[in-house]
Amino acid sequence: MAYDKFDILNSAGVPLPIENVDTDQIIPARFLKATERVGFGDNLFRDWRYNNDDTPKKDFILNNPTYSGKILVGGKNFGSGSSREHAAWAIYDYGFRCVVSSFFADIFRNNCLNIGVLPVQVSPEFLQKVFFAIESDPKSTFTVNLAQQKIAIDSTTATEAFDINPYKKDNMINGFDDIDYLLNIKKDIKNFAQDTPI
Amino acid sequence: MTFLKLLRLADYKNPYFYRIMKKTLFDKVWDKHVIQQIDKGPDVLFIDRHMVHEVTSPVAFLGLKNRNIKVMYPERTFATADHNTPTINQHLPVQDSLSAKQLDALEKNASEHGISFWGLGHEKNGIVHVVGPEYGITVPGATIVCGDSHTSTHGAFGAIAFGIGTSEVEMVLSTQCILQPKPKKMRITINGALEKGVTPKDVALFIISKLTTSGATGHFVEYAGEVFKSMTMEGRMTVCNLSIEMGARGGMIAPDEKTFRYIKGREFTPKGDAWDKAMDYWEELYTDEGAKFDKEFFFDGSEIEPMITFGTNPGMGIGITKKIPTAAAMEGGVATYQKSLNYMGYNEGESMIGKEIDFVFVGSCTNGRIEDFRAFTEIVKGRKKADNVTAWLVPGSHKVEKAIKKEGLLDILEAAGFELREPGCSACLAMNDDKIPQGKYAVSTSNRNFEGRQGPGSRTLLASPIMAAAAAVTGKVTDPRTLIN
Repeated sequence: MAYDKFDILNSAGVPLPIENVDTDQIIPARFLKATERVGFGDNLFRDWRYNNDDTPKKDFILNNPTYSGKILVGGKNFGSGSSREHAAWAIYDYGFRCVVSSFFADIFRNNCLNIGVLPVQVSPEFLQKVFFAIESDPKSTFTVNLAQQKIAIDSTTATEAFDINPYKKDNMINGFDDIDYLLNIKKDIKNFAQDTPI
Repeated sequence: MTFLKLLRLADYKNPYFYRIMKKTLFDKVWDKHVIQQIDKGPDVLFIDRHMVHEVTSPVAFLGLKNRNIKVMYPERTFATADHNTPTINQHLPVQDSLSAKQLDALEKNASEHGISFWGLGHEKNGIVHVVGPEYGITVPGATIVCGDSHTSTHGAFGAIAFGIGTSEVEMVLSTQCILQPKPKKMRITINGALEKGVTPKDVALFIISKLTTSGATGHFVEYAGEVFKSMTMEGRMTVCNLSIEMGARGGMIAPDEKTFRYIKGREFTPKGDAWDKAMDYWEELYTDEGAKFDKEFFFDGSEIEPMITFGTNPGMGIGITKKIPTAAAMEGGVATYQKSLNYMGYNEGESMIGKEIDFVFVGSCTNGRIEDFRAFTEIVKGRKKADNVTAWLVPGSHKVEKAIKKEGLLDILEAAGFELREPGCSACLAMNDDKIPQGKYAVSTSNRNFEGRQGPGSRTLLASPIMAAAAAVTGKVTDPRTLIN
């Protein structure tokens, strides 16, 4: 599925300073029963966000109107666990376009890149600066420039470069997806398939 | 030798290439499947086998429909229903309407695209990672993917097997390829003999406790050494299955005589000339002496105890005689650690032995095979299930279920007060009705102890089938070695 192009994102951030946020927290398994990609944002962080009777938990960050924005800022090892792309869909559907952390789990990172959510991996020190900026002023904004591969804390002079595979970067900037690429080399794939040992 | 000649030798299609370049097992299988290397981008990797289940596939099939394309190689694609199937009364219509809709969608999609479908009620139905090896879909040297992180299980046969997201499922359905950067390589070597009562599950939980849940992120792991060599194929599957729990893309073990004996004659394994041709390839599948890994770890097998987890990720495990570590002794944030212990209702410095439990779950793609049920039965034989324990015994497949009955295990289990359910993923991820209630403790042979994984508010203690058996008959956490005859 082609997705929105990603160029420069300027937004406030929502802080979630917890480590090892796993995909079962991002979206619990019981909400994976859809056959279409709609409505996952409603169940983002479901069990941290709502009580058993579906009333919002007041102390959870998404229920605090002070914090908003298109950037989710998480602790180290964000997105560990299951391969469910639904986790990335939930983050996207809720309205986030970028997740900032000091470390991402592999499959989650791939899933984000495949649907147009930019995972920005920064140093632990920079991550602390981001959390600190939001703590000092929840309206603090950040600028994520994909072309330049830089993230800036607008209220300070702090910026940091981040890595992204050049191929994936190109895809995100142009809104291309991998299947378009692969369908174009179908002939090569067929030739290759004829000669596999198994 | 001229420079040009050297260049020619570096071509992976040149047979001499393999003689001069020292390669790991992983390199050999990966390189064999690369169709193209995108400049500064990922590799185009050909996928031999694609396994599909009901939860992560419907949106991918929808994508194919939108693009108006068919599955490129239905004969390389296999579908089974497992994640949200009920484990009782499977002969009746599925009560949960959303689950039923997802199951129907898979059946419809499989039939529309000509894919083998082993749905609910089919004699070959079971958990995707259990049935794959049972029917010989899993073979050495193959690339295997599935929209499920525990696809790493199939690495036990020397295959490159890893979990993928739904966009990638769509990619493989439509082109039989996936775009992936080549991961780094890690080797974990464990020599020495395991002590009595120490199972493959304990070996895996031990490794994860040492490396943490992110210790192998970005890497593909090879398990080497006497401990893995002497393991059964099912034991190797348990170890490879849990590779993802330390962040690894997958884990693999070099195929050996045991592997070839296990797969020979199974329904989907090559036969006749095709077998001989495959063997030529498979016999080369080992890490060359002197091949380089990005990271290596060495452990001593005799130091591993029966393991149990006390926290909310699989890295938070300890030997059964050890105490829950203090936050200061753990890597990572104190706040996250405290949050985890609060959720579990435990404190630093406590022993796990004697902790009250409410449920026991035996099953899942980690420990839902016949050897797991044999091990469980061995401990409960002649004993009785504790009154305070609800036990769910869920075979990984119909084939496992049949073996449990045929081998007489069911009679022993029933005499001890246990019942057997029907196959599926069940309480491992609690997508169906098998949910551990709020606040209750479950000793589970599955793979994840995340908050709410086994049902909202549930508390999971990961352990081996014999630790689960010891808990089931004593009603509390018990060192299984005290019950081994």
